[in-house]
Amino acid sequence: MSRALLMSRRSILRGFAAGGLLPLAGCSLDSRSPGVMSVLDKAEILTKAAQRALLAPRLALAPEYPPGAITPYFKPNGSIDPDDPDYVALRQGGFAGWRLEVGGLVDRPMKLSLADLRALPSRSQITRHDCVEGWSCIGQWKGTQLSALLATAGLKSQARYLAFFCADTLEETLDNTGRYYESIDLVDAFHPQTILAYEMNYAPLKVEHGAPLRLRVERQLGYKMAKYIMRIEAIDSFAGLVGGHGGFWEDRGYEWYAGI
Amino acid sequence: MTSIPSASSARPIAVPRVVVRHSALVRICHWVNALCFLMLLMSGLQIFNARPGLSWGEATQFEHPFVSFSAIEDDNGDPTGGVTTIFGHSFDTTGFLGASLGPDGDMEERGFPSWATLPAEQDLAMGRRWHFFFAWLLVLNGLVYVVNLFAGKHIRDLVPSLTDLRALPRTIRDHALLRFPKGDEALRYNVLQKLAYLSVVVAFPVLVLAGLTMSPAVDAAFPWLVPVFHGRQSARTVHFVLATYLVAFVVVHILMVLVSGVFNNMRSMITGRYRIPEETR
Repeated sequence: MSRALLMSRRSILRGFAAGGLLPLAGCSLDSRSPGVMSVLDKAEILTKAAQRALLAPRLALAPEYPPGAITPYFKPNGSIDPDDPDYVALRQGGFAGWRLEVGGLVDRPMKLSLADLRALPSRSQITRHDCVEGWSCIGQWKGTQLSALLATAGLKSQARYLAFFCADTLEETLDNTGRYYESIDLVDAFHPQTILAYEMNYAPLKVEHGAPLRLRVERQLGYKMAKYIMRIEAIDSFAGLVGGHGGFWEDRGYEWYAGI
Repeated sequence: MTSIPSASSARPIAVPRVVVRHSALVRICHWVNALCFLMLLMSGLQIFNARPGLSWGEATQFEHPFVSFSAIEDDNGDPTGGVTTIFGHSFDTTGFLGASLGPDGDMEERGFPSWATLPAEQDLAMGRRWHFFFAWLLVLNGLVYVVNLFAGKHIRDLVPSLTDLRALPRTIRDHALLRFPKGDEALRYNVLQKLAYLSVVVAFPVLVLAGLTMSPAVDAAFPWLVPVFHGRQSARTVHFVLATYLVAFVVVHILMVLVSGVFNNMRSMITGRYRIPEETR
């Protein structure tokens, strides 16, 4: 066992020891103080390590369902009708003018229309969508396999994550940090069920569900699956992006690797 | 649960016999578990409040969940009262379920009240962090306990024998009359204790499995888990119902500790030392 792993295991144990005593320190405990957070964050390291170990081989697929299992109502969540002017203009043009930008640490930066994306290898899947709030819906999704797009664009060796930048502003802020974005690592990016969906329930993706293009990462919670995607960037770190935690909700306290 | 007599049995009966009732490992596991359960319960109610309703099957029944806690709102959309609906029957639960006073003293729409959740205010992200931290601690602690339970063959202390089961009606009557065993009888669990403790040892792993089934990543790794619970929303419901069962267990457990000699009982779970109640003559 490597020394680094031993050290991190020891720090996790120390974290548990501290976490066990903290609540006894009294009611004045600030559950959001940096000290508490750093202790609690140890659990996320463990969660990610454990889940990733369990998911070996990495191709373990999320459950898929027969067409009869599709739920009549699929709850739209987050932004459901973005009023960002650029998006409104694209929507009014039937997304004919929409182009997906692919850039960052790739050999061939690209701009793709919906027709270009449809020409790439696709996958159709009926899966369960699990929201962090606790609800679930089942729907059919069809879209370009992200792995196929990455093969076309050519990922540079330094690339470790993919960041997805969206058209919708979910929270009005002065510095524009309320625009939705997300990031996933390459394990999830190359998973066969990870698709850029342009179709839902056998029809073009609706605005409320992220038209013209949304991400599906079926082994993750809903908030990882960015809607209204405008740009995909291959990056080596998300520390310098927006709030530095790798996503809109991550910047607001949610786990980067949720998985549960 | 080892019992080592610390005083010779040859001594006169007037000297109370004190034994080490619970091993250090069991005592530590007990209190770590108690802490974890409290933290998991309160952070769990915080998480539940993000969608205060229960469904059966894979998907959520948004229109007709079989259990829901919701608020009645006035014309301005401000909550004025809380309603609990169970299988179509509605109850006014204002102040406790559906709507209650928040940390700042205003009536808020929320499943469980702020005094029962961690953190007190609505904060799903923080609730999740607390929950998963203590979930790991609970599981690691539980593994230590269960390994000891089987390695030390203490599981025998918890599984009722046929004789025990035959004594069930009498034990229930004795409990209802608050008549507790004396002498050596007090050193072994009676059938009600065995059933209660055994149910907890079984309930915790099932509760954890139901919790894990809510994870899309775990479901990909172990696809058989989902049908075991009849779907993700069923797993959420099982998780909630078992947690409720454990709360009921804790309430009864604490009551029994209080009425059957609180000082002696507490000491036996803190220092391990337990004074055997003398037989009356």
